[in-house]
Amino acid sequence: MSDEPVIEIQDLVKDYKLGQVPVHVLKGISFQVGRGDFVSIMGPSGSGKSTLMNILGCLDKPTSGSYKLDGVSVSELNRDELAQIRNKKIGFVFQQFNLLARTSATENVELPLMYTNTPARERRERAMKSLTAVGLAGREDHQPSQLSGGQQQRVAIARSLVNNPKIILADEPTGALDSRTSIEIMAIFQRLNRDEGITMVVVTHDPDVASYSGRIIHFKDGKLQADEKIAQPRDAKKDLEQLPAPQPEELAPA
Amino acid sequence: MNQLLASIGIALRALKVNRARSGLTMLGIIIGVAAVIAMVGVGAGATARIQDQIQSIGSNLIMVLPGSISSNGVRLGAGAVVTLTQDDAKAIAADCPSVAAVVPTVRGAVQVVFGNNNWATSAQGVTPDYTTIRDTSMMYGQFFTTQDVDAAAKTAVLGETVAQNLFGDSDPTGQVVIIKNVPFTVVGVLSPKGQSPTGQDQDDVILLPISTAMQKVLGANKANAGAVGSLMVQAVGPAAMDQAIEEMTALLRERHKMLPGMDNDFTIRNLTEVYAAQETSAQVMSILLGAIASVSLIVGGIGIMNIMLVSVTERTREIGLRLAVGARTRDILSQFLVEAVTLSVLGGIIGIVVGLTASVLISHFAQWSTQVSLMSVAMAFLFSALVGVFFGYYPARKAAFLDPIDALRYE
Repeated sequence: MSDEPVIEIQDLVKDYKLGQVPVHVLKGISFQVGRGDFVSIMGPSGSGKSTLMNILGCLDKPTSGSYKLDGVSVSELNRDELAQIRNKKIGFVFQQFNLLARTSATENVELPLMYTNTPARERRERAMKSLTAVGLAGREDHQPSQLSGGQQQRVAIARSLVNNPKIILADEPTGALDSRTSIEIMAIFQRLNRDEGITMVVVTHDPDVASYSGRIIHFKDGKLQADEKIAQPRDAKKDLEQLPAPQPEELAPA
Repeated sequence: MNQLLASIGIALRALKVNRARSGLTMLGIIIGVAAVIAMVGVGAGATARIQDQIQSIGSNLIMVLPGSISSNGVRLGAGAVVTLTQDDAKAIAADCPSVAAVVPTVRGAVQVVFGNNNWATSAQGVTPDYTTIRDTSMMYGQFFTTQDVDAAAKTAVLGETVAQNLFGDSDPTGQVVIIKNVPFTVVGVLSPKGQSPTGQDQDDVILLPISTAMQKVLGANKANAGAVGSLMVQAVGPAAMDQAIEEMTALLRERHKMLPGMDNDFTIRNLTEVYAAQETSAQVMSILLGAIASVSLIVGGIGIMNIMLVSVTERTREIGLRLAVGARTRDILSQFLVEAVTLSVLGGIIGIVVGLTASVLISHFAQWSTQVSLMSVAMAFLFSALVGVFFGYYPARKAAFLDPIDALRYE
C-alpha cells in the first residue's frame, strides 16, 4: 500500500480545439509521484504544465491516457465525483491566493469543510489548527485585505491543509510574492512535506523555488524533457536564518 | 435545517455586501407584493360592501308585483291595477313548498307628526314576517305582533331616519305619533340598514300593521277590499328561488283564473339576482386589480433575475474556487437559489407590511372599504417566494455549471 504511488499517469494526452484547429497540449506523458515526494514541475509558458496541473487537480479530464490518484482511476468520474475527490484528497494553492474577500481568515480556511458534513464546531477547530500550522495564530479574524501577500498565501495553504489532503498542488505559489516571502512559503511546504508526509507538487518557472524540492520534472512542448533527482535539496528554513531581518512589508497592517 | 440556516446566513452576508443593489432589487418585490395586497383588499372591500347591501334588502327575496293588463288594447303599466290580495299571500304561504314566508305590503306617502315636529315619509303596511324576510333587528322596543295585525292595532315601528327626525337620539318607544289624524303608539325602532343598492334610504320608513294601514291610513281599494300593493316572498334557500317562482306563477295563474296563452297579471322579480350580478362585477374588478398588481410582482422577479445574473458574473472566481475545493453542482445551485429566495422573501415580508399599511391608509383617506384577508397575505407571500425560485433558478444554474478552470481564471 505504502509503495503505491500517489500519482500515476500513463500516456496522458490532452487536445484542445481552437476553432477547427486541434491543439495538442499534452503529447503522451507518463510519470509517477511517490508518497511523500516533493516534486517541482518546470517549463516555459505554453509547455502544457498548467494543463497538466488542471488534470492532476481533477479540474480537467485528459483526452486519453490514464490517471490514477491515490489508487483511484479518475478518468471515468463525473463532475460531482471529481468534486468529491478534490475535496477529500487534494489541496490547492494558487498564484493569486484566491481567498474570498470580506471573509475572515478562519472562514476562508473552513471553506472546503462547508462541502462536507462537518459540524460547525469541528470546522472551527480544524480551521484554527490549520492556521496555527502555517503560523497565523492570532490572525483568525483578519480579512484578506488586512493581510500581507505572504500572509494571504499562508491562509490559502491553511485552507488546502484543512481537509487532510493526500497531496497539495501549488500552481506558481510564489509568483506574486517577493523572494524572502517565497522562501518562507517554501519553508512551510518543506515542513508539511517532511513532518506531515504530504506529497507536494509545485509548478514554478523559478529555479530557486524548484531547488527546494527533491525532484524536478522539466517540461517542453507538451512532453517530458527531463526528470531530475536532487540528492540534497536546499533547506528553506536554514536559508531564511541567513537572510537579514524581516523587511517592513512583513509587518502587515494589524 | 442547520444547513439551510447556514446558507441563509451566507446569502444574507452576500446581499449585505451590495446593500443598495439588494435594496433596490427588493423594492421591486416590495412594490409588487404591497400592490397585490392593497388591490385585492380594495376589491374584496367593494365586494363585501355589495354583499352587505344584498344582505340589507333581505336574503332570498322575491317581489311579486301586480302586473300590467290590457284593457281594450291599451296596455297599462305594472301596478296599474291591483290584482294581488291578502288571500293570494295566504295561499302562496300555504301551498308553495319552496316559499318560507310571505308578507303582503301596501305603501303610501304620509306626514308623521310628533308634537311640533313632523316628517314626510313612506308608510308601509306589513305583517310581522317582515322581520325575517328583510332580516331586520330592533334598535329600540319590539316589532308589532300578529295580534296587532288581527286587531288592526294602532301601533307603529319607525325606521331610524324617521326616529331621528322626530325624536332625536332619545328612545321613542311608548310615544304617540299622529299619521293622518290617527294616533299611533311607537312600539319600536328598527336598526339602521343604510342605503339600498339603488341609493335609497332604507331607514326612511314607518311600518304599520297591514290591517291598520289599509283601514285607517292609506285606505282600502274600493273595487277589491283585500287588494295589496305587492308581496314580499322569501324562498326556503338560494337554490329554491327558481322553484319558488315557478310554484307561485302556477298558483297565481290558477287563482286569477287565467287561460293558457294569457299574459300574467302579475310580475315576479328576483331581486337577489340583480344584485348578484353587481357582486360578480365587483369580483371581476378585484380579480383584474389583483392581476395587474401581479404583473408588477413578475417585473420585480425579473429584477431579481437580472441582479442574480450580474452577481454570478461578478463572483465567477469565487464560484471557481468553491468548485475547486469540492463544491458539487447542487451546492452552488442551492447557494444562489437561496440567495434569490432570501431576496424575494425579505421583499415579500416588507411588502406585506407596506401593503397592510397602504390598505389602512386607503380606507382612511379615500373612504373606500378595504378587506385584507389572511388568504391574500399568504398567497402574496407564497407567490413572492415562488418568484424567487423561478427567477433565481436560471442564474443559479448558470453558476452551478460553470467550468471550474474557466471560472478560476476569469478576470
